Amino acid sequence: MVTAVTNLGRSGLSDWLVQRVTALVLLAYTLFIVGVVFFGPQLGFAEWKALFTQTWVRIFSMAAILSIAANAWIVLWSLTTDYLTERLMGAKATPLRLLAQAFIAIVLFTYVVWGIQILWGNHG
Amino acid sequence: MLQVSLYRYNPETDNTPYMQEVQLDTGGKDLMVLDVLELLKGSDPSLTFRRSCREGVCGSDGLNINGKNGLACITPVSEAMKGGNKLILRPLPGLPVIRDLIVDMGQFYKQYEKVRPFLINDTPAPAIERLQSPEERAKLDGLYECILCACCSTACPSFWWNPDRFIGPSGLLQAYRFLVDSRDTATEERLADLDDPFSVFRCHGIQNCVNVCPKGLNPTRAIGHIRNMLLKRAS
Repeated sequence: MVTAVTNLGRSGLSDWLVQRVTALVLLAYTLFIVGVVFFGPQLGFAEWKALFTQTWVRIFSMAAILSIAANAWIVLWSLTTDYLTERLMGAKATPLRLLAQAFIAIVLFTYVVWGIQILWGNHG
Repeated sequence: MLQVSLYRYNPETDNTPYMQEVQLDTGGKDLMVLDVLELLKGSDPSLTFRRSCREGVCGSDGLNINGKNGLACITPVSEAMKGGNKLILRPLPGLPVIRDLIVDMGQFYKQYEKVRPFLINDTPAPAIERLQSPEERAKLDGLYECILCACCSTACPSFWWNPDRFIGPSGLLQAYRFLVDSRDTATEERLADLDDPFSVFRCHGIQNCVNVCPKGLNPTRAIGHIRNMLLKRAS
């Protein structure tokens, strides 16, 4: 058994499952947005705003944002542990990998908080 | 005349590996790649490669032939070149080269060892043998035929990047062969050993392994079965 502490769920199985479930959420959200933009009534600022004042749309959007964050973390964690390794780069790989992972984590955390602000913030 | 491009490397005399261009008169015949190597070795005895049974059973002569892994003894030159004009022979990718076409298989065998490729049964041994129904035995088809030639694992990018942590398609095919064997009682321990982010889950299902397996086996499917067993166990 190989150990890892930086992956999302500590287990390969949970990461695998989360990746698939979040992909389904993102598929559903993409279909929803495509449907609204291309097949719904004429969209203006008022209609767009009305759509996003509904709680279920906000929850659905938040689920999509969290799904992006989780999915992206799993994929980018995989990438960093594929290419930024001691086997390929020597001793500098571990600090570089942790730095890259910290950067990715900060970006994803920012997206989530920003998403909350956009969806529930006071826009006047 | 057959144009052959050969990967050559002798660590005692060469600083770096190089490709050697040679020509061979095949007399217009469609030879197997191993025959070509034998003929070339006739004129240059320093050319080094592994071989044994010459009929696709022992798994010794796995090579990268015109970019695709396969067994030299059962790959016809015409099939390898697919209308091209040159036969290009390199060692299996991803493993350290010892000399010319010979690679160090240590890492590959280490992963094989990890899956404990033997029956474990903690019940008292019967007087004659442990019986299996024809249906139980049928589950081993498509698994037991693996000859450990390493064509699949060395075609797998996940194995290239993490040969020390990802078991690889060959090892996982073997792991499933013992997980599904009705005579084995260590299923739980075997699954527990595999339940981490690397051993199984570095497989991203690109199926290079299926594409190159000279025995026509499907490691990706076996890995899917292991994943389902892990999921069943944990949910």
